[in-house]
Amino acid sequence: MNITIEQLKKGFSIFKNSKTVYLDSAATSLTPHKVVQVVEKYYEEYRANTHRGLYKEAERATKEYEKAREEVARFIGADAREVVFTGGATLSSNMIMGMLEDFLENGGEVVSGVIDHHALMLPLQRLARRKNMLHEYVDVTSECVPDEDAFVRAITAKTRLVGVTFASNVTGAILDVKKITEAAHKVSALVVVDATAAVGHMDVNVHELDVDFLFFSGHKMCGPTGVGVLYGKHELLEKMEPPLIGGGMVSDVTLGNAEWTEVPEKFEAGTQHIAGAIGLGEAVRFLDSVGLETVQKHARELTEYAQEQLGAVEGVTLYSAPVEKNVGIVSFALEGVHPHDVAEILGKEGVAVRAGHHCALPLHSALGIPASTRASFYLYNTKDDVDALVRGVKKVQQVFNV
Amino acid sequence: MNEDLYKQHILDHNSAPRNKEVLENPTIELPTKNPSCGDSYILYLNVKGGCIEKATFTGIGCAISQAAASLLTEKVKGMTVEHAKKLTKEDVYDLLKVDISSGREKCALLLFNGLQEALGSLE
Repeated sequence: MNITIEQLKKGFSIFKNSKTVYLDSAATSLTPHKVVQVVEKYYEEYRANTHRGLYKEAERATKEYEKAREEVARFIGADAREVVFTGGATLSSNMIMGMLEDFLENGGEVVSGVIDHHALMLPLQRLARRKNMLHEYVDVTSECVPDEDAFVRAITAKTRLVGVTFASNVTGAILDVKKITEAAHKVSALVVVDATAAVGHMDVNVHELDVDFLFFSGHKMCGPTGVGVLYGKHELLEKMEPPLIGGGMVSDVTLGNAEWTEVPEKFEAGTQHIAGAIGLGEAVRFLDSVGLETVQKHARELTEYAQEQLGAVEGVTLYSAPVEKNVGIVSFALEGVHPHDVAEILGKEGVAVRAGHHCALPLHSALGIPASTRASFYLYNTKDDVDALVRGVKKVQQVFNV
Repeated sequence: MNEDLYKQHILDHNSAPRNKEVLENPTIELPTKNPSCGDSYILYLNVKGGCIEKATFTGIGCAISQAAASLLTEKVKGMTVEHAKKLTKEDVYDLLKVDISSGREKCALLLFNGLQEALGSLE
């Protein structure tokens, strides 16, 4: 990145209006002004539904929507026809599990991690139950170090499906998805990856990784809320039934039957979040202009600094993966104070963090804590933000007299 | 700032909660949870002749939910069931004597909601 953080922050209008130290990007990232502008442009200049419109606004909306698909595909190393726009990671996950319910035979085993966010865990859990599959969970290590070998060991000849979290939304741990995928493919198991905390924060290339399905949200990578992606290998998507059916995805309909259009439209029933998809395309362009390597290097620097500074505070226990395998998240517990009270006081001090189980309840049970406080970093954060966090934590200790 | 919320009596009830113990052979034992934050309590009541003889609780939660549980169990001890049923969330806020923001409402009312559910199941 040739521009400084200060220059980069100018591209986020929210910093003009809010003095809050924003350390909650793992919940949702801030939006660059450029992304806001393209969303606004759609509504104010060429608002129309995509496809089949024979006037210039509809043609432009279609062109911009499909251009966004191409941008996103390029960003994750996929073909455009393998990128399905969805309402977000959770919808993507529910869709793919619904598709797999149709696609897979009954029985066999599914392997996934205790580390998973509920968005992956719960649809997978239900799929396993409905398909009568044995659900094998891979545990986390107490040091929050990602353990790909445990995954590889859990995969057996009976494994049909493997669910992997690319990066943990709690500990920041980045898993070696390629290694797990290779092991899964050796036994002809399919791999579904939740890359919500990873895409836009580090390089993710689906073809290189050879994963079968991968999903993420737009709003954690500088895009608008309400839009996400489901990636699937083209040859698999072609064979699969759409989980949602209705308008915009048929080639023929009679009173008794219907035939579907081609992939990916087949999986985009109904009017999509057109502005959202276009905004996501712009977010991808923005991230490219900064450079993902720069984004990741920056997050690592801040993570390292936060681990050092926060770790030096007495009574703080860190739940954060080693820097070189961390996407930019530092969760922690403060002795004698509940995470909600920590977050409340930090909030009053102008530092935005998140407290709770971060939709990863079984992970917190495995770590032996009811909840945690999470600070997450992105490209617009600075060391000053970390300093504000540490000052805030000391203030908490002062208020609680611990 | 936060001193408004974390007043001394809240911190006191948080660090040394009253009635925080398991009650043997209770009339009612009711688990109550806030699934969004993981706060989890069990409320124990001993009810005799329409009167709450003893109210205790166990569990884990933030300072606000701890203090509310501590204060509420103190308040209802010796109270008739009919009277306790008429308690409102404003009564809980009065006990806490601090401004509860919408984000902390569930914390403040966690045990209160458990209490109302427990009392409602008595018939």
